[in-house]
Amino acid sequence: MDDIAIIGYAQSPSQRRAELTEPQFLFPVISEAIERANVERRDIGFTCAGSCDYLSGQTFAFVMNLEAVGAWPPISESHVEMDGAWALYEAWVRLQHGDIDVALAFGSGKSSPGDPSEIYPLQLDPYTLTPLGADPVSMAALQARAMLDKGTITEQEMAEIAVRSRTNAANNPYAQVRGSGDVDTLLREPYVTAPLRRHDLPPISDGASAVVLATADKARAVCERPVWIRGIDHRIEPHQPGMRDLTESISTRQAGRHAGIDHGPVEVAELSATFSHQEKLLREALGLGDEVQVNPSGGALAANPVMAVGLARIAEAARAISERGVSRALAHATSGQCLQQNLVCVLEGA
Amino acid sequence: MTTHTIEFPYTRTLGPVIGPFLTGLRDGHVLGVRNRDGRVLVPPLEWDPATGEAIDVDFVEVGPAGTVETWAWVTEPTRKHPLDHPFAFALIRLDGADTALLHAVDAGSMDRMRTGMRVVARWKDERAGHITDLSFVPEEAA
Repeated sequence: MDDIAIIGYAQSPSQRRAELTEPQFLFPVISEAIERANVERRDIGFTCAGSCDYLSGQTFAFVMNLEAVGAWPPISESHVEMDGAWALYEAWVRLQHGDIDVALAFGSGKSSPGDPSEIYPLQLDPYTLTPLGADPVSMAALQARAMLDKGTITEQEMAEIAVRSRTNAANNPYAQVRGSGDVDTLLREPYVTAPLRRHDLPPISDGASAVVLATADKARAVCERPVWIRGIDHRIEPHQPGMRDLTESISTRQAGRHAGIDHGPVEVAELSATFSHQEKLLREALGLGDEVQVNPSGGALAANPVMAVGLARIAEAARAISERGVSRALAHATSGQCLQQNLVCVLEGA
Repeated sequence: MTTHTIEFPYTRTLGPVIGPFLTGLRDGHVLGVRNRDGRVLVPPLEWDPATGEAIDVDFVEVGPAGTVETWAWVTEPTRKHPLDHPFAFALIRLDGADTALLHAVDAGSMDRMRTGMRVVARWKDERAGHITDLSFVPEEAA
């Protein structure tokens, strides 16, 4: 595979309820990513978007998001009904063809108009799961209980993860949930859906993220510090939650191995752990030791713009390399219930 | 004001596996399928999730009782949930099955839930061939 680099990235601040429409809050994000990449809109040979029409409650809502890209004169573009991290994967594959040298990937979601507990069951098996109203918090609670029963996590550790995420988010201008708080106070809160308390859950967020990719020659020509994608892979597990081990993430482990995380030390990991217990599960699946800085941005517990949050992890991992001098980082994105599908991307500086 | 009714006048088949599974529920039976390794999958699937191989349809009746593998206590049910009062979602390994089925346990109180507990199907009187034709209750309460 040819080396592809990240040459620009941007995010919107995550908000509980954005007053702007999705194309409106996407526009400045895409403009900023392109500007930082030091290219022009007309240089982009391929555009791929990740979004979910169910969130807007409107078929082909994703087409309107192209207003934020500018689709005249006609452009070459595609869309995935997935997190923007998978849009980046498609753009990365597209660049391998070698006939274009710049691609744009973005993800956006406006969760505020709907109720996630009613919308998410629609992504599940329509005969055995959707009619039960199997919502993401309940599904995650089944997973957390399984981990507690197995002894691979404690409620105390889950609260510690939440506190650390909020503390890290204090310096992240895009985060939605910040602050310190202490573990004992959080553990005195009632359960939302036992064994999960409010701090174990992600916020409901509106937001967007965008990344500009380039081939090696183009990246060196326009960018002082390109961030190289050394490996990227995604894997999926059975859909039925009762047909896999919820206390492990085999698909994350496989994706990590195929993305080459073992080829060198990881300094920073940005993980799409949308529930506190999932951070520990992912750390173990990826073999990340205590020396690895996990979610310095605050992660998905601090801001969860659905369909943009995974791509935001890639943007944050790239930011750690290009702005904070980290030499090797990994980003993780997820899709489906209880970490059913997982993507791992390994990034390096020089 | 005018009232419009949107109709989708289609009928469709649910196929050779989900069709009999839901018809079985209507008749008060839970069916699984046996894969090539002899493992019984519930709910039944047309393809083996471990290998991607087509499954030769070989139905096995399972349950009606089973064991809770993990559970979550829903304090405030949504209008889409199968019960309108606090209940547990649980992964239930029905007797005779090698996988767990997601369903609701009407336990009355969280204190009555624990991993490893026995539950048994409670059938609705009027059944429609739907996953909500049944829910589960603790075995000692049945």
